[in-house]
This record gives sequence, C-alpha cells and structure tokens, in this order.
Amino acid sequence: MHLAHYLGLLHKAQLNLADAFRQVADAHQEEPDIHHLCRQQAQRCEEHAERLRPFARRYAQDAPDEPDRLHSELFRGTRTGGIGLLRDLQDLYLMVCECDICWTVVGQAARGVRDQDLIQVVERCEGETAIQLTWLRSRMKQAAPQALVVAD
Amino acid sequence: MVDRIANPWGERTPYGAGESWPAREDEFLGGDLSPADVDAWVQSASVLHSDGDAMDIAVKDGRIAGVRGRAVDRINHGRLDPKDMYGWQANNSPDRLTRPLVRENGLLVPSDWDTAMGRIVERSKQLRDGPGGWGHFGFYTSGQLFLEEYYALAVIGKAGLGTPHMDGNTRLCTATAASALKATFGTDGQPGSYTDVDHCDAIALWGHNVAETQTVLWMRMLDRRRGPNPPAMLAVDPRTTPVAREADLHLAVRAGTNLALMNGLLRQIIRNGWYDEQYVRAHTIGFDELCATVDGYPPDRVADICDVKAADVERAAELLGTSQRLLSTVLQGFYQSNQATAAACQVNNLHLLRGMLGVPGAGIYQMNGQPTAQNTRETGADGDLSGLRNWGNPHHIQQLAGLWNVDPLTIPHWSPPTHAMQIWRYAEQGSIKLLWITATNPAVTLPDLARIRRILAQEGLFVVVQDLFLTETAQFADVVLPGATWGEKLGTLTNADRTVHISEKAVDPPGKARADLDIFLDYARRMNFQDRDGRPLIPWTGPEEVFEAWKKCSAGRPCDYTGITYDKLRRGSGIQWPCTDAAPDGTERLYTDGRFNTDPEYCETYGQDLTTGAEFTADEYRAKEPGGRAFLHAADYQPSPEVPDGDYPLLLTTGRTVYQFHTRTKTGRAPQLNDAAPDVWVELNPADAGELGIAEGDLVSVTSPRGTLQAPARIGGVRTGVVFVPFHYGYFDVDPADRVPRAANELTITAWDPVSKQPIFKVAAVRVAKVPQGRK
Repeated sequence: MHLAHYLGLLHKAQLNLADAFRQVADAHQEEPDIHHLCRQQAQRCEEHAERLRPFARRYAQDAPDEPDRLHSELFRGTRTGGIGLLRDLQDLYLMVCECDICWTVVGQAARGVRDQDLIQVVERCEGETAIQLTWLRSRMKQAAPQALVVAD
Repeated sequence: MVDRIANPWGERTPYGAGESWPAREDEFLGGDLSPADVDAWVQSASVLHSDGDAMDIAVKDGRIAGVRGRAVDRINHGRLDPKDMYGWQANNSPDRLTRPLVRENGLLVPSDWDTAMGRIVERSKQLRDGPGGWGHFGFYTSGQLFLEEYYALAVIGKAGLGTPHMDGNTRLCTATAASALKATFGTDGQPGSYTDVDHCDAIALWGHNVAETQTVLWMRMLDRRRGPNPPAMLAVDPRTTPVAREADLHLAVRAGTNLALMNGLLRQIIRNGWYDEQYVRAHTIGFDELCATVDGYPPDRVADICDVKAADVERAAELLGTSQRLLSTVLQGFYQSNQATAAACQVNNLHLLRGMLGVPGAGIYQMNGQPTAQNTRETGADGDLSGLRNWGNPHHIQQLAGLWNVDPLTIPHWSPPTHAMQIWRYAEQGSIKLLWITATNPAVTLPDLARIRRILAQEGLFVVVQDLFLTETAQFADVVLPGATWGEKLGTLTNADRTVHISEKAVDPPGKARADLDIFLDYARRMNFQDRDGRPLIPWTGPEEVFEAWKKCSAGRPCDYTGITYDKLRRGSGIQWPCTDAAPDGTERLYTDGRFNTDPEYCETYGQDLTTGAEFTADEYRAKEPGGRAFLHAADYQPSPEVPDGDYPLLLTTGRTVYQFHTRTKTGRAPQLNDAAPDVWVELNPADAGELGIAEGDLVSVTSPRGTLQAPARIGGVRTGVVFVPFHYGYFDVDPADRVPRAANELTITAWDPVSKQPIFKVAAVRVAKVPQGRK
C-alpha cells in the first residue's frame, strides 16, 4: 500500500507551504494584509501537517520504499516591488495547488481504506486549502492591473 | 435652560413602550439674539454625527446666528446634540479659507480659481494620457459632503477617468456596517428604524458609545429607560462609558475579542433553545455550520479569551435570548476592532436566530459614524458601486454603462474598488501620482501618522485638498481649494436609518469659497469628460439636477429614491428610502416579510470568506441557492494582528468625546465645545496606573512600535490592561514651536479587517510611562 508516500508528500508540501507563507509575509511587511494573512495561513498549514502525522504513522508500516522523484521544489525565495509581490503570490498559489490536489488524492485513498478519521481530516483541510486558493486569486486580481499596467 | 455642556443630554421626557416620543425643542442663538430677532429659519439637518437630527438654521444679517431642532421631525422630535447647538459658530470663524492656495517655491500662497483649477487640470491631463493613466489618480473623500456631491464625484471617477481608486474616510467609520449588511442580507441597507427604540424591550449596544456619538438617539433610549416598562440594556465595551454605566449588564471585554464573545453568546442562545426554529428554517442558510463553529465557545472559554466572568456571559445570553423585542446597535468598538466584519455579522445572526427583524422594536442598527457616510455608500464615492450594485455582476455594469452612456470597459470592475489603505499604499509606492482629498483630514485620522505625513510630503505626489480650513492635511497640499459647507450650499443627506433630509443654503460662503459640487462640476467641464456620443458626460449645473440624475441610478435598487423630490423634502421633514410610487411616504423597516436581497441577480456581493476576505464567484454563490434567505456566517476567533508583549504590555484603544467631532476642524472652533474638551488625555485603569506609579493629572507618555505621544493621565473609566486616548486631537491649534506629539494615531497600527478593509484603531500594543517633571 502506497498511501503513506502520499501522506508524506502532502505533509512535506504543507510544511514547505508554511515556510513559504512565512517568507512572503516577512518579505512584504509593507503590505500589511499580505503580512498578516500569510502568517495566519502559515499557521494553518502547520496545523494541517500536524493533523496528518498520526495517519502517516498508521500507514507507515505497510509502506514499501519511497519512489523516486516524489517531492517537488516550487519555491526559491521572495522578490520585491509590485510585480515581485505578484510573482510571490503566484508561487504560493502553485504550492497551494499542489496541496489541494494531494488532499484530493489522499481523500480518495482514505475512502478506499474506509478510514473515517482520515476522511474527516481531509474534508476539513481541503476546504481550508480551497479558501487559500480563493484568497490568493482575489488578492492577485486586485494587484495585477496596478502592477502590470500603471506602475513605472 | 439646561447647560448642555454640563448635561449633554438635557432634560428627560420619559415615555412608555409603544408611545410616541414626546417632543422637546432645543434652541441656541448666538450673542443676545432672541427668536424674534431672527430674519429667517432655514431647513437643514446635522453634519456633525450620523444621527440625522433635523434642525432649522437661524439667519441674521446674512450670517448664521443659531439653530433650533425641528419638533416635527421623525428622528429627533426637536432635540439637538450639543455639537449641533454650538458647532455652527465654526462657519463664521475668521480663519476660514476664502481663496484657493497654490504652492510656489515650497510655500502655499493665495491664488484664484482659474490658476488653481488650471494646475489640477494640467496635471490630470498629463497623467491621464497613455495606457494605465487611470491608475495614477486617487480620490480620498469624506463622510461629510452631500449626496449630490458624492454622486458627481463617483461619475467623474468611474465613468470620466475610469479609476477604481476612490474611497472615503468612511472606510474608517462605516465600511464594516456595509460589509456586514451585504454579507448577511445580500445588500447594504439598514433593516431597522429609530422608532424601534419606542417599542423594544431590550437594547444591546455592541461597542457603541451612543451617549457620546449620537446623543439624540441616546436621549430616546434614556427616555424609555425612565418611563414605564423600560427596556433592559446590555453594553459591550472595554470602557466604562455613560452607556456602560446606564446598562443593566456591562461586559468590559478585552479589546480585540468581540468575536469570541459573540460566538459564546450565540452558543448559549442555541443550546438553551432561545432561537426561533421556524424562522431560521424558512429564512436563513448556514445554521448547521454556525452551530458547529459557535459550539467551540462555552462560557468558560469565552471568559478566558475576553477576560470577563463566565456567569456574566450566561446572564447576557439570557437577557438577549429571553427578550421579545430586541434592538441592537453596533459601532466602532466592533467596526474598528479585530475581526470586525465577522463580529458585526454575528449581531445580524443573533437577530436572525431570534427572528427579530422587520417588526416594531426588533431592529438592527449597523450604525454609521459620519453624517453622510450612508450617501457615499449609495452613490459609490467609496469602495461601493453606484446604486449598491455588484461590481462582479456584468448586468449591473451594463446598467451603469447605459445610464452614463459609456463603454462598460470604462467602468473599472475587474476587482472591488480600491480601498483607502491600498490607495495610500499605491501613493507611497509612487504609482498614484495625484491624490485629491476632499473634506477630511488624513494627517490626523489615519493609522501610523508618521507614515501618512511621509506619503503626503513625497516628491512626485500631487496633492489637492478641498476643505474649509488649512488643516493638518492641507498644509501638505500642492493646491488648496476653499469649500463652502453646511448652511452655505444646497443638498441632501441620509442618516443611519435611511432617512433623507434636505439641507438648504442659508447664507453665502465666505470670500471665494465654493460648494464642493461646483468644484467637481467645474473640474468635469475643464476635463471635457464625454460620453460615447461625444456629449458632456456630466451636463449638470446644480444640486437638484444631480439629485434627479441620481434617482435614475437608484431606481430598482434597495436605495430607491425615485419617489423623493426636493419639493417633497421641503414640505415634510425626512423620508426613509426606499421611496417609490408604490411606497410614496418611504419605508420604515426592511425585510418585514423575511425575504432578503440575496437573489444572485440583485445582491451587491457574491460573498467573501470572513477570515481572509477571499471573494467567491457568481457560480459559487448561485450554488448556495439563497432564494431570498439570509446568510448565517460564522468564523472562529483569532487574535488581533498586534497583541501585547513584554515591551508593549498594554492595549491601546482610541475613541471619542461627546464635545468633539472628527479632528475638531469645526467643534474645536466653537468656544463652548472647545472649552469643554480642549486637549487630549490618556485613560488608565487604577490598577495599571498604580503599578506604573501614575496619579491623576500626571503627564504620561504612551509609546507603540510606531510612535509616541504625551498627555495627562485620567485614572479610571477603562478596564485593566487597556489604555484609552481620544483620536480628535491634532496640531492645527498648537504653535509649531511648542508641538509635542498628541494625536492618538501616532501610535495606531496599519492593519485592517480582511473583509471590510476597515483599519483596526482599537487594538495596538503600547507601553505607558510617567514623564519626569520638567521633561516635556
């Protein structure tokens, strides 16, 4: 059973995302909403990772060796300025997308093994992940015209 | 006559439930004038708070000489706020601006209208050319102009320049009211009526120091409290305000924790079965999710977060849950605090759960702070779209494009109109290059004033300030335009219970000062804004023409003015919108049938996540199938962006005194009001003061990560751990040589609610210390 690998992938992706949210929060302190909400969402990602841990343990013993090229590297540091903010938010967006699809995959597996506890965790966390996507999209839509058309 | 400084609320005229509030005609005339000496009485209403009190202006020898409350009016039954009784004297102040000023070699020098407007238009035309030209303009307006002025400004911005960067200081006062009403009921619009005070059996005041901000509404409440069958009263406020002292139960919550309290109260109401199951089932969506969220807030946990007694949370829930006609009123203690929209929505939820809406005595006032804030929202001179339309709905944009005869693409609707704090950020970054500030004083009212002053002084930012006086903000301007004010121009204004009043021109403005509307119309002419057929976009010449045009824009929307005319307003004394052919006398209460404005084609928003502000799409909204039901939104409590720590162990909350309005540009120039509250102070709890060795009257410093101020201490009036400083005091009346920082906003944090984008003025971490004598 390979579920443990995907739980590990998601766990790592959530922690990477938490770290990226924190870096973006710190790099854009002069955008108070970005600063505050990114820190808030970093915490949320860590909570997600924490909720996954017991399931990673539960399924670890049944897992064969981890396959190659499981983890991806989506974030390579922050940028500055109006367009830099847009690009940083876009990086976050892609990282949240990765988590989002992982939740879907893990949710399907949870149904396959009839794990009611895991299904509950997935339902809660995938909803919160969807909000992260919606928020990033809203904020980028707001910022794009000024950054791309107006700013010098 | 009662001394209205010593007793701001005057004599009591008690009355019982269901009776009409007795009239009491307040009057004040300057000098030795008696009523017989007055040349003319001219109809108007207050512009010094949002209550909408109607009054007549006394004119003597071409000058304003006093005021008298209109006993026939539905709002005030003749009473006046002390600010209105005395504040008119500022109109006659010798330091009024009487000529435009322009900056020459770094100094503001007197000029003329052609020169001043010529400079603005020249800069505007340079900036407008080229792609993205619209993005270089920012308009920061007020809650103190008239409806006609806002509508003209909204059309200039949205259809003339095509910029989304227009907001008001109403963002600081009323944005959360609008957001909460939209989120719950589908559109803006106050459900209740002030007459609900006459019928209620319980009044809950949520962060609303109504005794000092809307004194006449408070008089009405006090008169009920002194009559037979008085309503019970609950106050939520970290301070011991006059409201808290009058209340039967006062919850002095720790600043920034309102949402935890609200969640806890709703939990008790649901668990005790004090909700109207039938109403909830028929008229709301989201009950199960609401239950799941609030269930995590038992009284002990609420007591812990909010630092109040668990038993008091239970008592408050019982007061709310067992009343039969509950009236709620909400203001800055919620709106300018942490999780503002979520907390304000919970007040809406309380009324939905109890089925207490749309009947006499059961109402909600999501109050406004400023006198004409309601009109900025209706007309779209703030972050809303004209006629309470939905920027995300293409049909609504088509309607406006048709009305204004412009290409729909001209009207910026790719995302919500830019909120005030973001406008200032774009100015700071240099992409907004022209900032036009009308009738407000951001150099005193915005958070983190050092930053605001830095932005205003920035090279490359062309600042236009339109005001009555050379305010703290005007001193940074490149061009200063002298405005005419209340009593010197004609227009209409709408208060917090949707009552529209007319305010007549009583006297001429001083010198060359001009009505704000005339300034906007002049700008539109000089800019030659055209519609799709090459005709003038803004053909109007005076307020009544603008009002008639506005009526067309409002038709079919919640704020429908089509049944109102200037003539009708002059013949009566206040009409509540919607006023149409079908409801020619106006509409006292909304949602009387439990049907809400949530239809996807009609609603003003497709909704937002309360925690992040994430915006939902039309499809996501439709999938909820609202079908005229209201939304029960819920969110978990989260700590404020800034909480106390070792370096800054106390919480600062800012607020108001009954004697001053805004930054005192008017009230500070009325001798009685100025003498009553001439300077800033710091309120400290006795326990905190004791620990710091501070006694009554000691000079103390208050310091946050942004700045510091000094003021004398007043001991008492506020809960432990919280410090209060009134926000009115700036620097216009202090000699620059003697200037010590005293504005509360030197300290406040740049942070805002994720949904309403209202800045958080009520939660900043500070430390307080006694200033050694002689070290000022």
